[in-house]
Amino acid sequence: MSRNAMKLTPQGDCEIEIERSFDAPRDLVFEAFIKPELVQRWMLGPDGWSMPVCTIDLRPGGKGRYEWQNADRSAGMSLNTVFKEIVAPERIVHTERFDQDWTQGEATVTTLFAEKDGKTTVTMKIVYASPVVRDMVLKSGMDQGMARSYERLDDILKK
Amino acid sequence: MQPTQHLDSTFAALADPTRRAIIARLTQGEASVMELARPFDMSQPAISKHIKVLEQAGLVSRGQDAQRRPCRLETGPLAEATSWLDYQRELFEARFQRLDTLLEEMKAERRAAAKRKPTARSRKGVRK
Repeated sequence: MSRNAMKLTPQGDCEIEIERSFDAPRDLVFEAFIKPELVQRWMLGPDGWSMPVCTIDLRPGGKGRYEWQNADRSAGMSLNTVFKEIVAPERIVHTERFDQDWTQGEATVTTLFAEKDGKTTVTMKIVYASPVVRDMVLKSGMDQGMARSYERLDDILKK
Repeated sequence: MQPTQHLDSTFAALADPTRRAIIARLTQGEASVMELARPFDMSQPAISKHIKVLEQAGLVSRGQDAQRRPCRLETGPLAEATSWLDYQRELFEARFQRLDTLLEEMKAERRAAAKRKPTARSRKGVRK
């Protein structure tokens, strides 16, 4: 299977945008984003993590709950969402917040589904309530040290 | 410069294609303004302006040689800017590859359903 390229672009301090195409019609892609038994199969965390809990009440004001767990169940994380706007199969707007305090408060996520020639492009705009892009960039930069190689540059430069 | 200002300016500096091209050139080694201007259809003062933005973002420093003042890449701000984004990128790439696989299954399921019952095009989803 050929793999479509993904674009992830920071938009200032508070926002990132992710874009990716899929070789499937829009209604199938939309379904994979909203049906818990399907979401549980792909929206996973780092390698070895699973999503034992996924509930989605897809209506304005409806809530979603996602729980992830690592392989030996020694660590987990969980996310609560509230749906704001649903235009099937074009657009979902929701807010989300992790239970863990290492994350940075609420984010508003707009997910757009556009179909062309049987392919579907998904665009996710994630807007954080705080300048998380700036802060997390700073923090992880400090955690990992300053000595990353030039190889990583390519991704930024090719944008 | 404050670290936060520093990252703002890193992103701003990298938002421009000419400046990204200058950075790309400097990964090969230091270069004078004249050398940097050569591949572009741009005046030397225009290139100097871009270099000034990169300097202010801490991405480029200038050498002491009074004549040439070669530009060189400062990698610190770039390392900071890439690591968190790298993590996000890796996470979503892995997810979307799984989604590719799932969608192939869903498409196959739909084709099979259409074969069994050609009129039932509304049938969707994957049977568990």
